[in-house]
Amino acid sequence: MATAASVHQAGSFETRISNDRATLTLLLTGRLDANTTGRLWREAQHIFEQSKPIRVVIDASEVSYCDGAGVAFIVKLQQYQARTGGDVTIHGLQEEFRRLLGIYGQISIDPPPGRRREPLSVVEQVGHAALGVWQDVQTLLTFVGELTVTLLRAARHPRLVRWSDAWLTAERAGVDALPIIALIGFLLGLILAFQSAIPMRRFGAEIFVANLIGVSMLREMGPLITAIILAGRSGSAFAAELGTMKVREEIDALTTMGLEPVRFLVVPRVLAAVTMTPFLAVFANLFGLIGGAVVMRSLGFPLVSYVNQIVSAVTVSDLLGGLFKSLVYGIVVAGIGCLRGLQTTTGASAVGQSTTSAVVSGIVLIAIVDGVFAVVYYALGL
Amino acid sequence: MPWGCNSVNDTRTRQEPIIQVQRVTAAYQGSVVIDDISFEVYPGEVFVILGGSGSGKSTLLKHMIGLYQPVGGRILIQDEDIVTAERERRTTILKSIGVAYQMGALFGSMTLLENVRLPLEEDTDLPPDAMNLISRMKLKLVGLEAFMDYLPSEISGGMQKRAAIARAMVLDPKILFLDEPSAGLDPITSAELDQLILGLARNLAITFVVVTHELPSIYAIADRVIMLDKRFKKIVATGRPQELRDHSTDPWVRQFFNREVSVP
Repeated sequence: MATAASVHQAGSFETRISNDRATLTLLLTGRLDANTTGRLWREAQHIFEQSKPIRVVIDASEVSYCDGAGVAFIVKLQQYQARTGGDVTIHGLQEEFRRLLGIYGQISIDPPPGRRREPLSVVEQVGHAALGVWQDVQTLLTFVGELTVTLLRAARHPRLVRWSDAWLTAERAGVDALPIIALIGFLLGLILAFQSAIPMRRFGAEIFVANLIGVSMLREMGPLITAIILAGRSGSAFAAELGTMKVREEIDALTTMGLEPVRFLVVPRVLAAVTMTPFLAVFANLFGLIGGAVVMRSLGFPLVSYVNQIVSAVTVSDLLGGLFKSLVYGIVVAGIGCLRGLQTTTGASAVGQSTTSAVVSGIVLIAIVDGVFAVVYYALGL
Repeated sequence: MPWGCNSVNDTRTRQEPIIQVQRVTAAYQGSVVIDDISFEVYPGEVFVILGGSGSGKSTLLKHMIGLYQPVGGRILIQDEDIVTAERERRTTILKSIGVAYQMGALFGSMTLLENVRLPLEEDTDLPPDAMNLISRMKLKLVGLEAFMDYLPSEISGGMQKRAAIARAMVLDPKILFLDEPSAGLDPITSAELDQLILGLARNLAITFVVVTHELPSIYAIADRVIMLDKRFKKIVATGRPQELRDHSTDPWVRQFFNREVSVP
């Protein structure tokens, strides 16, 4: 039995090897718990590997306390011996600890066969990835079809749209985004003007910085940064919101109530985003031009020259072409955000994945749509 | 505590309580839900906190595990006050207890084995194969060793609750707190869970504090119950469930145990 002194003593052991090196006696003392067995575990493993005993005798009469971790230690020694064909005898283990050994000691040496498959080969991985992309494209096409049909139906019957949701989303995705859009637009205009002014100065063509700012902001940069900010701010929010609803079975509840999730949740968001994006793009353009103006003023040009130069350089089609692009970006970003939300699987990490995927897919689609617009506008001579 | 005793009632009076709740008043979102209650839990017993919906059962449990601060009173776990304990001492007390939450609260991105192994990784210097062996032992005890590679979302609700119990007991706590373990489970799974709780209490001498209002479970597992009543915000009954059902002087308590509709 444990002595009074050993009750609070950390677990330790002494070993004795018989003359023929066949029997290893292990004298265990003190507490065998999760905090003390870590060291014993390593030491014992080392000794067992060194001496490879045929017979192990564990004297546990000085063990004052033993919990699951202590039992695991003894079981591990038993398993080691079973693997190498040796045997283990345990002496003096108190009845209560012996009982614990009976409960926990039934564990098999090897863990049950896992369900994890072998890692895939490179070819298989490529195949899986390609199949995933193809399935994603199919889902996207189905979703676009469903959304188009629902939007057309909503156009015929405007009462089907939940306007209160649409207004709320318009405020969150539109009005609330104004400060960040203004800031980024201003900085972009400022930086573009400053960077281009330095090389242009060498040719005495600094006034043409106004042309550059005007055309690039209105045709390209204004709508593009608006769309990217929308993807980061609102596309992710849509995915997280709908994803959480999916996890909490709220989407299932809508479906069983006969309310189509696309009409109920996606249409108001898409409408709000589509309406607000061109307005946001106008602000991005405006603040970009203001940023340019600040640089031009600092270079000594009067404001009126800057404005006149811009008016002569850009056309209405530049402005409208850019705003039309932003409108399409709005549909794409809101649509993909909602789709990723609806595709959410179960679990806490699923919502995170959907949100990430919404932003990444949103930006990729913006780039694709931008490329398509570049070709179409070129073909149309715009 | 003798191993494998069938009833703790006879030994209880001779033992020091493992948990003492002394004159605790608890408020939730500004309103008092529990008003000046005291009780004790003894080692090795299955202690059940009962009450109707909104009676403050879960609030009381969350006070006992140190998540909420009581407005007044003391809560002693193994003679240490969890309310006033300093940060480090409090962490030590919290590590000596295990809690399984109502929905399991398993970490969704980890497999069952990783969930169970987490406390070992954080608190011990055991080598990885020791942690795996201990985690497998706990999972085997709750009948889930074969599912150790599964994610929580891939197993049923009953399995999740069992896995949560395995995780709660991986550091061999003396006390396990369970919040509504059988809620939402089918009768067979619920009965299996009751067996598991009883087995752990009797064989490993773990003290259980269980919040539930599933009557069959209460009869199956409870050594002693307290009943909270939201009308008085007090304990209205204490004792063995069968005795309360048959002999309580409070009509509401008898109604509760007999599943009767209250008559105005």
